[in-house]
Formats: sequence, C-alpha cells, structure tokens
Amino acid sequence: MAIGKEQIAKRIAKEVKDGYYVNLGIGIPTLVANYVRDDISVEFQSENGVLGMGPFPFEGEEDADIINAGKQTITTLPGASFFDSALSFGMIRAQKVDLTILGAMEVAENGDIANWKIPGKMVKGMGGAMDLVASAENIIVAMMHVNKAGESKLLKRCTLPLTGVGCVKKVVTELAVLEIVPEGFKLLERAPGVTVEDIKKATEGNLIIEGDIPEMVID
Amino acid sequence: MINKKIQNVEDALKGIEDGMTIMLGGFGLCGIPENSIAELVRKNVTNLTCISNNAGVDDFGLGLLLQKKQIKKMISSYVGENAEFERQMLSGELEVELTPQGTLAEKCRAAQAGIPAFYTPAGYGTEVAEGKESREWNGKMHILEEAYKADFAIVKAWKGDEAGNLIFKGTARNFNACMAGAAKITIAEVEELVPAGELDPNQIHIPGIFVQRIFKGEKYEKRIEQRTTRQRN
Repeated sequence: MAIGKEQIAKRIAKEVKDGYYVNLGIGIPTLVANYVRDDISVEFQSENGVLGMGPFPFEGEEDADIINAGKQTITTLPGASFFDSALSFGMIRAQKVDLTILGAMEVAENGDIANWKIPGKMVKGMGGAMDLVASAENIIVAMMHVNKAGESKLLKRCTLPLTGVGCVKKVVTELAVLEIVPEGFKLLERAPGVTVEDIKKATEGNLIIEGDIPEMVID
Repeated sequence: MINKKIQNVEDALKGIEDGMTIMLGGFGLCGIPENSIAELVRKNVTNLTCISNNAGVDDFGLGLLLQKKQIKKMISSYVGENAEFERQMLSGELEVELTPQGTLAEKCRAAQAGIPAFYTPAGYGTEVAEGKESREWNGKMHILEEAYKADFAIVKAWKGDEAGNLIFKGTARNFNACMAGAAKITIAEVEELVPAGELDPNQIHIPGIFVQRIFKGEKYEKRIEQRTTRQRN
C-alpha cells in the first residue's frame, strides 16, 4: 500500500538535521515543517525574503506584508530576519541554505529535474526553482512516483523542459525512498506494504536494488 | 538635503510614456506599488514592457494593466495566478520572458550596482540558457546574464522621508529594494512620508540617492492572495 502526502512529508522530515537552514517548496514540501523534531534547531527560509518562518497566524492576526513564497500569510519566530530578493538568492547561490526540498513533475536517473512547464498546457513560470536546483548541494524531491495515468515519473530522461541538470540527490515518493547515484535510482527504502516488484513496475529509469530493502520508518 | 517629495501620484508618474520599460516591485501582491499601478491605468499608457516578478491577479496589481491591454511584454519569474495573463500569452497577444527569480533579482541589483553582466548557474542546461554565453567557473557551468535597462523603476516602501530614504516592512521588501536605483528614474510610493531627519539613518534600507521622486500613497488595500490561518487551541 502506498503512503499519502502527509507520510511523504513525515519521512522527509527525518532528513532535516540540527542546525540546518532549509528551503521548502510549494505543495508536499511545505508540509515537512509540521513534522520536524522539536528537539532540534532548524530555520526555514522562504525565497521571497524571510528566514525563521513560523506557523500560520491565528485568524485576525494575518499581515499582508508577511507572506511566504506560496503567497500564504505566515508568522516569524524569534531570531527571524527579512531581506530583499537579491540577498535571498545570494544566500541560495552561495550555498548557505543546507537543504532544499521541492516538488517535481519528472526526475531522471541522471538527476535532471523538470517541474515548471508543460508546453502548450501549463506555463506558470519557474519562480525560484531554477536558482534553487542550480545551486543547492542537497536537494530532496517530494513527488508522486506515477502520474494519474499510471505512468512513471522517474524516468531515464526527462521529457518536459528541464528546470536543472544533474542536481537531484534523493527522491521520496508514495512508494519509495531513492538515492540518485551515477548508475541511476538506488532503492533505499520501500513504503510500508509496497514490494520491490511494485517499485520496479513504477520506475522507468534504471533501478538499482542491492540486498534486502528495508521498509520506511515513519514516526 | 535634496528634497524628492512630490505632491501626488499624477505628478510622480510624469514622463512615463507609451513603449517604455518599467520595473515594478512586489512579490505576488505583497509590496506592490498600488497607487502607481492605478495611475498607470488612468493614464492609459500602452505598449509597456514591465519587469516584475509576478503579473498580479486578474483584478488587482498588474492584472489591471493586462485587462486594458497596456502591456506589450512581461518579464517575470512566475505568472501562475492570472487567467487573463495566460490567455493573452497563449494567444500571442502578450510577449513573455520568463526568468529565474534569483536571476531576475540579480539583473535588477546589477543595474542598481553598475554591473553590466554576471554569471549564474541558474538555468544552465535549460531553455533559459538558449542563446546565452556559458562558461565554467570552479568546475561548474554558468550562464552570462545582463543587467536590465529600464526607463522607470516604481517601488513601494513602508516609510520614507523627503530625502528619498526608504524603510520596508516584512517581506514587502522583496524586489522593491533591488529595483530602487536600477532604472533611469526611480519613483517610490510610501505609506508614511516624513520630513528629513525623522528616520534614524541606522535603520534606512535604501538611501535616497537611489530615489528621484517620492510620494505618499493615498490608500493601500494590501490585498492578501492566500489568507492562511491556524486554529486557536
């Protein structure tokens, strides 16, 4: 049985370590903040110009001047700071941000990622995604393993316009945790109840299976 | 003190003409120069090239200029919240240059800082890199991006003084701080305009040298795009 979006976020939250500055993308990545252990110190960066993001405000306390990159109203935590967009991407480009978690439409076995455009259908723009993937040292992608038609989104080569080349390090899906190595997708963990065979069927790119594959531990 | 104070938005936007390139600050609807956008609609200048991270929503922000077809070309990083924008782009009425957000910010900052071009890894290997010079630096590929050249920059700040010094609030600083001084003429609209000497020089985010005209915006709607809250326990 595949896991849900909340559980994907829970599993990714385990990758967040003490002392990390973390940038979270829109969608499943945003949920990760809810599951980070509260005995470690982490600061969330939003590329529109804030470090030290807190939870959503209480009703009636929303401030139009304090939002995240998803344009949602937010709060700040003690130690927070605001800055302009050039400085924000300066800290991203200069690799001061330790971990970037974002969504994707496709990931290829060579670490390429596509998540900004479906030609003729959807053209919303890349926002900060191209800057993030080009510079971040540690990129985890949260995504669905297959699309609605049941086709794999973990491919030999991306078919959609690229966001970045050879940059993804790890992928967490509803079926598995995979690491990108020079030979392809190395299977690290299976979702509870999911077999290696299920993951093979759902993965178009080269899947590397070494020894027994443990089940994901969530919670 | 060189006084930059202008009495009203109409005078502040004098000289903006059809076909010009204008930078506008803001991220989503956060920190957009609302009063100046309303005046651009009223003035009915057309064929504009607008450099702005987003294009507003259908009925607010730059969406108001799009509705009246005043924009010829839009340079942005993300335009997902605007159905009219998408319609004009797909029909070919509107020219669109999508630029990675950090590159867009740096192209503004470069103009502000007198740097003609810079290398960035963002977009290497993607369609953004097409037609651009690329070069390896420190073992990694980068592409050459040029500073923007704009006629006017219109920014919005929280507080300002008559000398043109600006202070921003929260995440409304965003592109406003990068665009101030990045065009031939910078217009700043502020929520609160005070006499010179009232703002602490230690707290100024953008010094007045980057601002040619400053005025107090008549009203601020400050629309929230995604109002998200949590329950009180």
